[in-house]
Amino acid sequence: MVHLTGEEKGAVTGLWGKVNVEEVGGEALGRLLVVYPWTQRFFDSFGDLSNAGAVMGNPKVKAHGKKVLDAFGEGLKNLDNLKGTFAKLSELHCDKLHVDPENFRLLGNVLVVVLARHFGKEFTPPVQGAFQKLASGVATALAHKYH
Amino acid sequence: MALAAADQAAVRALWRKLNNNVGVYTTEALERTFLAFPSTKTYFAHLDLRPGSAQVKAHGQKVADALSLAVAHLDDLPRALAPLSDLHAHQLRVNPANFELLGHCLLVTLARHYPGDLSPSLQASLDRFLRHVTSALASSYR
Repeated sequence: MVHLTGEEKGAVTGLWGKVNVEEVGGEALGRLLVVYPWTQRFFDSFGDLSNAGAVMGNPKVKAHGKKVLDAFGEGLKNLDNLKGTFAKLSELHCDKLHVDPENFRLLGNVLVVVLARHFGKEFTPPVQGAFQKLASGVATALAHKYH
Repeated sequence: MALAAADQAAVRALWRKLNNNVGVYTTEALERTFLAFPSTKTYFAHLDLRPGSAQVKAHGQKVADALSLAVAHLDDLPRALAPLSDLHAHQLRVNPANFELLGHCLLVTLARHYPGDLSPSLQASLDRFLRHVTSALASSYR
């Protein structure tokens, strides 16, 4: 469970309302694949990931990025029960996808960088702090069912 | 293994653009680190950490000077940063995991101020540069 103050919840929800989930999701996943190339290991079926341009323009990356960010948004609606919300996804990532949970932490941090790019001045240190808590909570919840 | 030539060029170009303002961004990065990762404050109990603090600004400038030193010695980071590594390992005794946290917050700060400049490849180059710095800083530890 992640503990956000009322103010933090307000800040995060407020900002999220302005997020273009398709754009930000695609950008975050794309940047993850470019900055941490080993993460490409999970996306062999995605086609051309050979350079930054190819990755960022890849339609499968964009589509999957949106999927990932939609899930993140679900977490935001269920801050009191992140583990329950992500239980099925956690099992999937462990049993079927075999993703090292360390990569969830990486994606969370890339998402924070992307949000800073998009929101600039609005992405103040306290807002970042709130988002880091959320990202950390989601990463932990996603790792919770691993065995 | 030194930082790749392309990464070195990208980092130098960015540093030229940042000019004399590196201290502004490292100070903001420190503020972000203290807020996002409160455990990092444990190393600064002797300082006033409130936003706008002159002491944080002074420390930010120290960090900026160290990073600029790193940028001037990209071919030989371990040697250039050896004294700082000794300091952090033996005197300050900072858990090296914290260097990564500050590095992340510096990236966030640069993304906030230079959204158009921070392409995915520049982000990758910067990330690699900061990892090299972190690694050099941690080299004296044990």
